[in-house]
Amino acid sequence: MKLQGKKVIALGERDGVQGSALAACAQSAGAEVVLETTYCFV
Amino acid sequence: MVLLGTPNAESSRLYAMTVTEGDPSWAGALAGVALGLPVYHVMEEAVKTQVAPEVYEEHIALMEMVLEAADIAQAVQAVRAHTG
Repeated sequence: MKLQGKKVIALGERDGVQGSALAACAQSAGAEVVLETTYCFV
Repeated sequence: MVLLGTPNAESSRLYAMTVTEGDPSWAGALAGVALGLPVYHVMEEAVKTQVAPEVYEEHIALMEMVLEAADIAQAVQAVRAHTG
């Protein structure tokens, strides 16, 4: 699996890794983030 | 593809199933909808090795020490294996 050039949906969670952090990781690997969100279940 | 930041194996399995074979709880809009999207957790080796080390260190490394990364990776891999 290669992230380079892929379109990525970043589904973060407040108690885990936030969507913004996932997006930063994906972009650093050359992917395009098309949706980024952070869910919160409390 | 879908990149997850879920905090445990159970939630990772639930998210992964929802974006591949459809919502397993049959509670949401994706019940019975098989999107078949490739899904990975950010802490899986296949993803981690492609992320710039300084970015991973800044955003993920701390949570990786707290969360059960191996269990989470196994849960997501199991869903991928099941859906092909």
